[in-house]
Amino acid sequence: MEPQIDDSQLIKRYCAGEEKALELLINRHNQRLSSFIYSKVNDREITEDIFQDTFIKVIKTFKRGAYNEEGKFLPWVMRIAHNLIIDHFRRNSRMPMLDGSQSFNIFSVLGDDKLNIEKQLIKNQIYSDLNLLIQELPVDQKEVLVMRMYQDMSFKEIAENTGVSINTALGRMRYALINLRKLIEQNDIVLTN
Amino acid sequence: MEKIYTNDQSHCKLIKSKRETVAFLLNYSKSLKIIQAKDLQFESNMN
Repeated sequence: MEPQIDDSQLIKRYCAGEEKALELLINRHNQRLSSFIYSKVNDREITEDIFQDTFIKVIKTFKRGAYNEEGKFLPWVMRIAHNLIIDHFRRNSRMPMLDGSQSFNIFSVLGDDKLNIEKQLIKNQIYSDLNLLIQELPVDQKEVLVMRMYQDMSFKEIAENTGVSINTALGRMRYALINLRKLIEQNDIVLTN
Repeated sequence: MEKIYTNDQSHCKLIKSKRETVAFLLNYSKSLKIIQAKDLQFESNMN
């Protein structure tokens, strides 16, 4: 059986250009590091990602000659992994990942808020019918209704523009709506989408 | 005796990262070159 070479020796060999030393180092700490990450994130794929990112940082540090031999290798790697786990949770708290694997299905609440072509046609038809009905109203009522609903004017502005009191404008609006309902009922019109 | 330990031990599973991940790291290591230029270091990845 080959005697165990300690981590610092492997790191020296790797920094001297022996790629095989890195393989030994990764394989030696694979289970411990992966299990540590998995214990925090509880997801196999995320564990793989964080493990990979951890060793990318390790490789870069070695290649840059920035590795400090003061501490031991494993606690240092665990610290890198720990920081990456924190980054992962921070990122996820900003952008939570939802999938349909559990009882909650994201697609049951997500939807395209645009109307489909059929509903859009119905909506256009309703607006067109309503426009015809409004034309049937007495002029003073029609004027108030158009200003309020289509021009988004306040009753104060309507009163000023039509030269009547606010109460009169309110009353005309009320009668306009009553008369519209009557027209709809009399003509058996169904206005729904 | 009072039961004080949780039954859920799924978080304490011993696992290993996949061979593919290790292979990727070894290839990454081979392809990564650090180029020193005065006080600056540049990463160069030659696949």
